[in-house]
Amino acid sequence: MPADDAHIEVRHLTMAYGSFVIMRDLDFTIRRGDIFIIMGGSGCGKSTLLQHMIGLLEPAAGEIVYDGESFTSADVAERTRMLRRFGVLYQGGGLWSSMTLAENIGLPLNQFTPLAPAQIRELASLKLSLVGLKGFEDFYPSEISGGMQKRAGLARAMALDPEVLFFDEPGAGLDPISSRRLDDLILELRDSLGATVVIVTHELASIFAIGTNSVFLDAASRTMTAIGPPKVLRDQSPDPDVRRFLRRGENGGA
Amino acid sequence: MSSVHDGIRAAPEGNALSIVRPDDETMVVRLAGAWRIDRGVPPTAPVVQALASPPRVRRLTFDASALRDWDSGVLAFLGRVSALGRAQGVDVEREGLPSGIQRLLALSEAVPEATARPRLARLGFLGGVGQATLAAVASAVDFLGFLGEVTLGIGRIARRQARYRTADLLLLMQQVGADALPIVTLISFLVGAILAFVGAVQLEQFGAAIYVANLVGIAMVREMGAVMTGIVMAGRSGASFAAQLASMKVTQETDALTTTGLSPLEFLVLPRVIALCLMMPLLCLYADLVGILGGAAVGTGMLGLPLRTYLQQTAGAVSVGDMAGGVFKASVYGILIAIAGCMRGMASGRSSSAVGEATTSAVVSSIVLIITACGIFSVVFYVLGI
Repeated sequence: MPADDAHIEVRHLTMAYGSFVIMRDLDFTIRRGDIFIIMGGSGCGKSTLLQHMIGLLEPAAGEIVYDGESFTSADVAERTRMLRRFGVLYQGGGLWSSMTLAENIGLPLNQFTPLAPAQIRELASLKLSLVGLKGFEDFYPSEISGGMQKRAGLARAMALDPEVLFFDEPGAGLDPISSRRLDDLILELRDSLGATVVIVTHELASIFAIGTNSVFLDAASRTMTAIGPPKVLRDQSPDPDVRRFLRRGENGGA
Repeated sequence: MSSVHDGIRAAPEGNALSIVRPDDETMVVRLAGAWRIDRGVPPTAPVVQALASPPRVRRLTFDASALRDWDSGVLAFLGRVSALGRAQGVDVEREGLPSGIQRLLALSEAVPEATARPRLARLGFLGGVGQATLAAVASAVDFLGFLGEVTLGIGRIARRQARYRTADLLLLMQQVGADALPIVTLISFLVGAILAFVGAVQLEQFGAAIYVANLVGIAMVREMGAVMTGIVMAGRSGASFAAQLASMKVTQETDALTTTGLSPLEFLVLPRVIALCLMMPLLCLYADLVGILGGAAVGTGMLGLPLRTYLQQTAGAVSVGDMAGGVFKASVYGILIAIAGCMRGMASGRSSSAVGEATTSAVVSSIVLIITACGIFSVVFYVLGI
């Protein structure tokens, strides 16, 4: 497949809790190999959008399409098959606290591949070494620091060699250096694994450092108000709110 | 040996691993086709064999020109092969691999930013016993310490120096009291009926069926009402206290209380202890009554005793002293359940599995404490002639 074809399409998506509409008419396309940023102010529904994309919440209207195949109208079996191609890094890491790091990474491998325990263990070690956590296989999540938990969560998200990696606020709770290192890691993994990356964040440093495309969700109008590469939006967006957001509230100029 | 295929492994899925020796010094590992983990990982054994067989290998290279698809299975294989080669002093050249694989291998071999601390060695059997004993002693000391703190806290409440919200206390009283009525009704009715059944079969043999009323009345009022309510509340409220306080610890809500200047002990623990201590006697009285009705259901239904006779017989058998004793015990059980639940919750670790452990140990310690206290009460009441 060509490198710039559509990988994920969000079509006329409306998200609502009951009759309360959070966002309406979201419509955008994420290309294969993109590092796609979902941005917007706090509480605008960024994480909710991510939860819709990975099937934790159901759209009130519209659909989400992966590789031309509708995720929203897929049946349970099909959806489970599609979910296996995703890796998700949750905001707090989401590591299972009753399992060691190696077991956390091994669980999906154990459930969905025919590999022997020794091979699973080896792959778990490999994933941990990719995120700089070699030697921590037998530690429990509560025994390592928050930044390490996040990296271990990334190792688990990569367990099944996903085609799409979702990140919910990857930099939250990390110091600037760890956050930067995580960004580098995301870039490196995207380049070498050829995965598509979707990131929910409002950290400008990350947005400009790694984002290749982005969508801006506006809480006031309850829809997307801009789409495009973050740097282009910062300099050329016709919407002053978007420019202000991307310039940390400093005057957006003309 | 040169230029000979040492081994070709052509799998039906369309992937192959072959090892070639173009000259005496060099060994080429050739990967072809699609290697995905759902179809297995390239085996290391042929590579190990080839490395061991003469002539000695000096250079290890890779040929991935026919590799169509790969994932971390291939990565793991290559990492292992590289490590094996280096361990035998072979030059490992990875230029023949796709650049993505080369970069990932470099990343995985980079020096980790943090190194794992050495962990405590596992103890043997004796060490384990010793550690468990020390832990049991420490836990008993903790319990007494916590009991002391709660007592001091109650003193502060009496002097109106403690800070907590009355609304919380009332809500807790509703949760542990009124909301528990259905389950207490069910359990005590059945316990009363079971006692009556057991008694009826024995007493009917010598025509003393009417004494079933005495048996059920005294057993319920003196012991079973309090103990059964206690066990129900240990499973219901003790567990909920532990789970709630433990999750508050996980989400740092207790820390937030402390830094706000509120004592978690006063704000969270005391209302729970007081609520359970106040509600348990009421629940116990209610359980006594329902238990007696359960006995009466069997007495009238199975033994054919008139309801009025059964109740009169019960009233004659049970004294106010019996009832007061039972209610007093229930109150003590309530304090024990609340303290065990809150203590385990407050001492919980900060992970979801720690919440589970806290809940389990709260229920187990509550039940152990109730039964132990029940035994002590029996002896003391007997000695005092109550």
